[in-house]
Amino acid sequence: MLRSFVFLAGLAMALPSAAAFNIFACEPEWAALAKALGGDKVSAYSATHALQDPHRIEARPSLIAKARNAQLVVCTGAELEAGWLPPVLRESGNAAVQPGRAGYFEAAPHVMRLEIPARLDRSEGDVHASGNPHIQLDPRNLLAVAGPLAKRLGELDAANAGHYAERHRAFAEKMQQAIARWEQEAAPLRGTQVIAQHKSFSYLFNWLGLVEVGTLEPKPGIEPGSAHLAQLLAQVKARQVRLIVRTPYDSPRPGEWLAGRAGIPLVTLPFTVGGSERAQDLFGLFDDTIARLKERTP
Amino acid sequence: MHRIALLAVASTLALPAAAASDEDLKVLREEVAQMKKSYEQRIEALEQRLAAAESAPVKSQSPQDGAAPARAAGGFNPEVSLILQGQYRRMKDVPERSITGYWPAGGHGHGGDERGLTLDHSELIVSANIDPWYRGMLNVALKDGEAEVEEAWFQTLGLGNGFTLKGGRFLSGIGYLNEQHPHAWDFADAPLMTKALFGEHYGKDGLQLKWVAPTDLFLEFGAEVGRGAGFPGTDRNRNSAGAGAIFAHVGDDVGRSHAWRAGLSWLSTRAKDREAHFEDTDAAGPNEVEGLFTGRSRTVVADFVWKWAPEGNPKQRNFKFQTELFRRTEGGDLACASDVASSPCLGGPGLGKLRSSQTGGYAQAVWQFMPRWRVGYRFDWLNSGSKRYDPATVFAALDPANAYFAGYRPKRHTLMADWSQSEFSRLRLQYARDRSMQGVTDNQVTLQYIMSLGAHGAHKF
Repeated sequence: MLRSFVFLAGLAMALPSAAAFNIFACEPEWAALAKALGGDKVSAYSATHALQDPHRIEARPSLIAKARNAQLVVCTGAELEAGWLPPVLRESGNAAVQPGRAGYFEAAPHVMRLEIPARLDRSEGDVHASGNPHIQLDPRNLLAVAGPLAKRLGELDAANAGHYAERHRAFAEKMQQAIARWEQEAAPLRGTQVIAQHKSFSYLFNWLGLVEVGTLEPKPGIEPGSAHLAQLLAQVKARQVRLIVRTPYDSPRPGEWLAGRAGIPLVTLPFTVGGSERAQDLFGLFDDTIARLKERTP
Repeated sequence: MHRIALLAVASTLALPAAAASDEDLKVLREEVAQMKKSYEQRIEALEQRLAAAESAPVKSQSPQDGAAPARAAGGFNPEVSLILQGQYRRMKDVPERSITGYWPAGGHGHGGDERGLTLDHSELIVSANIDPWYRGMLNVALKDGEAEVEEAWFQTLGLGNGFTLKGGRFLSGIGYLNEQHPHAWDFADAPLMTKALFGEHYGKDGLQLKWVAPTDLFLEFGAEVGRGAGFPGTDRNRNSAGAGAIFAHVGDDVGRSHAWRAGLSWLSTRAKDREAHFEDTDAAGPNEVEGLFTGRSRTVVADFVWKWAPEGNPKQRNFKFQTELFRRTEGGDLACASDVASSPCLGGPGLGKLRSSQTGGYAQAVWQFMPRWRVGYRFDWLNSGSKRYDPATVFAALDPANAYFAGYRPKRHTLMADWSQSEFSRLRLQYARDRSMQGVTDNQVTLQYIMSLGAHGAHKF
């Protein structure tokens, strides 16, 4: 009896050290990247899923509980999570993951950000001072983030530093090959004129050479209105726009309205890992995104 | 058999070397050509980006100049925000509004009881991380001729193990609504319960320690000690703490679309000569005298919040149900005081023991049925509860017709609709049928605006 109790107690004490390195990712793409770099040495929780708008999240009790037990928080930054992450981290009482500590990692500072506003004013809508935060749809950004993230993992979980470095090498190699393949596959898309619902795809368009003619939202974060949509309709006709794209969480209605009147397809792109059936990891995300774009571009 | 296997291995090993045939060279050349083409495309893309970056009004930034630009909030600059609020309110002209059966909470109001067009207080909020270990916040409510410090506190960031310590003046963590400032409320005014319990909300000068348990289920415990100057307590000029509170919260998600939080809180404080206006039994005609309560006050609050947002996206549609229930028990001595020579309260006589036990609560539901638009309904109910005192002594000095002695169940129904063009502006229309005063049915209409300027901090759940 006593012996089994001692054994159980010993097991309970041993568990935390044996357990995987605990990662709290703000978005699914960072959970997927952390998983790709950490393998079975990490457990990655994503605070949001692909059907959620990462701008508008409630600082729910469950998120505070998850942040409380995290050893590393991986987020986009660039104010994407400004509406919910600060109270979650503060309320968690977890000193290790506060901004400025080693347990807090932001992806955006490691990439070249687009659309940094020359003027900061709320009359321009919900603009981010640090530029467009939706950086994950350019795979070269993922490569740029993977290095520093693997390094940070190795610093925090020193016992497995070699493991992370090794997996990073493998990931980078696989990603570089995939990028070359995707670029070739998407070459016919170059120059295609598109309209997006929100500025969610700027990095994707920039990478593949698509041209964003306008957005369904009149200003970032402002709901599409009928006057603006009517204006867009005129533009669609004048500039031979081929596609309208939206994320899985954007309301389909404004896009359907415009697509119906302009006679062009509305395409839902996965936007992040989990956004479609094929987009189950970072590679599937781009495979599916490019396939969907090509399928709907005549 | 053996020999065949050996042969096979040898041939596979030999293949790469032997394969430098014409066919393979051709494949290699093709690969090189493809790579060349791919790189040319990438260079071209880079050139295009460069050209775009040079011509576009928005400039892109290299990761090397790294940190967010200094103008971004949250850097070394404090986050400053300003809340502008004003309203038009149509209601009955009732002098000295109070809730029948309840000791009027002397606490500060924010002008919600004024009729016609009024400017509510404007809130100025400044907050920032002080250093890696502390965060600070100041919230000042500005009204004509006064600037009231609503909150001024520091909070630890680095205690770890789930602990957070807050010190200074802060809104107590008891209940659910108490920590929210009026601009975050879903209705133009506070629930009757809040008005009866605290005036508007319960703030403390003191310390708060919170601990979040290391579990997957959200479990939070908190304890507070404070000066206890706010209603239902009074400032008692002591060295030791005047009020204490403990609370516990539990919460979780249910599926992707539902989240909830429940809490239980307990507040204990003491009052000395807590004042309220009463009318006396002067034979020459009633005088307005001070009723004085000295004793302890204990409040238990249970709260529950449930939020629904399809797939966790509150932007399009969402629903929020919230309810709080309380029981307050008070025990101590009643006295009255007056300067009028003929008043039975002259000289401040004691009127014996007073014990009371009161309950009540509210329940509200707010539904965002389409982007920008929300409607809500709130039901308030209170029970003046039981009061124990010696009627012969008390009514010798105080008129039994005083509202405090009435047995009554105040009720109020409130309907609201609001419209938010962005998350920073809100216009609200509210109708309330207020029966918090016995014999008065007050149909109130409120038109309100709430505007947030600057770095509007994120709200808690």
